[in-house]
Amino acid sequence: MKRRDFLRQTAVFVAGASVSLSALEFIDPRELLAANSDLRWAFLVSTHKCVGCGFCVKACKIENDIPLEANVTRTWVERYVIKKDGDVVIDSPKGALHGFKSELADQGASGTVRIPERDVAQAFFVPKLCNHCEVPACVQVCPVGATYQTADGTVLVDRKWCIGCGYCIMGCPYGVRFFHPIAHVADKCTFCYHRISKGGDTACAQACPFGARMIGNLRDPDDPLTRTVMTDRVGVLRDEYGTKPQVFYLGLSKEVR
Amino acid sequence: MKLFDKGRTVKNHVWRPLFVVIGLVVIILLFRAVYVPDDFGAHERGYTFGYHRLSNEQAWRDFPAKYADSQYCSGCHADKSNQIEAAHHAMIPCENCHGAAFDHPEEPARLTIDRSRDLCLRCHAALYMPGSGRSAIPGIGPAGHNPGFECSDCHDPHNPSLEEM
Repeated sequence: MKRRDFLRQTAVFVAGASVSLSALEFIDPRELLAANSDLRWAFLVSTHKCVGCGFCVKACKIENDIPLEANVTRTWVERYVIKKDGDVVIDSPKGALHGFKSELADQGASGTVRIPERDVAQAFFVPKLCNHCEVPACVQVCPVGATYQTADGTVLVDRKWCIGCGYCIMGCPYGVRFFHPIAHVADKCTFCYHRISKGGDTACAQACPFGARMIGNLRDPDDPLTRTVMTDRVGVLRDEYGTKPQVFYLGLSKEVR
Repeated sequence: MKLFDKGRTVKNHVWRPLFVVIGLVVIILLFRAVYVPDDFGAHERGYTFGYHRLSNEQAWRDFPAKYADSQYCSGCHADKSNQIEAAHHAMIPCENCHGAAFDHPEEPARLTIDRSRDLCLRCHAALYMPGSGRSAIPGIGPAGHNPGFECSDCHDPHNPSLEEM
């Protein structure tokens, strides 16, 4: 081979190899439409309105057949007490299934602490549930295709397909997944998929007397949720994980994790 | 010593395990073809997020609901609904105290009402909560305020006004 031929062929080969495969891929219009469908479920929580009654937790457990007294729950409410010296005390006894009736903060194995009124700078409740992330870390780690995201953004678990390996439970940065004590599979909030897909409200939102919880369609500009998310100052939990959570919070403070 | 038979380059003991492996692969592929349902695959959200059994979405949509809502209750119990409509407690959905409707009035025919003190204390136990709506709700100290009695012994949950008590 001549030196000239060698150089020419090398140049052609490198140019050819540097064309990425995706450049040759045909774009399926159905795929594009699905990516921009007219339905994307999202959730809005107002921490100003929540009073920690825990009716949402109770309704969720009954609605979704989660054993009431088992220490697992699809949604829960946390109490944040921020002290004047900057300390933050967080508690959620039984996930607030029975609400908050005492000023004693439940600290699990280390017992309870009483925070004197004069030390309290701020105190409020933060309801938590699955964020139905746009980039769900839990779905990526499933080895068997048991957990998935629907076109409308809901992250679900196929109970027949789940092998109970627990990767998704470990993978969720928000700790919303748990092992269902009766079904023996990974379980999580479904945004009450059976209710919302029939035009209803989630069990937690309809049980909340104060309107602290709201489900809505982010793709509908006239939806009250979308209007609030677009115009008000909303925050999300653990933005830094890059999961793009779709549960928005009004009145989120930097202490909330 | 002769290593090879005349005319044969690879002996049977080399081919046999290869046939076993090929057989195993065929069996696994056949099993997979039977076991994995047709609707299993990457759907709208792509391979990373949408790899699933499509029929499971419908299975979740068909999950039975337990809670109706207060409008369902007022369909028959309009008298009670109107009564509470005029009171402070109008914001509380019926089922929070009366229990989930399930298939009421067929099954269960009667709902079990939660009249417990604990239910009222979910909101009315006094907590020091600056920065929360809890502070705006009238609260009591559960230990000091008539312990041992049910709230409904004195208060009417459908008309909790203290003036009209």
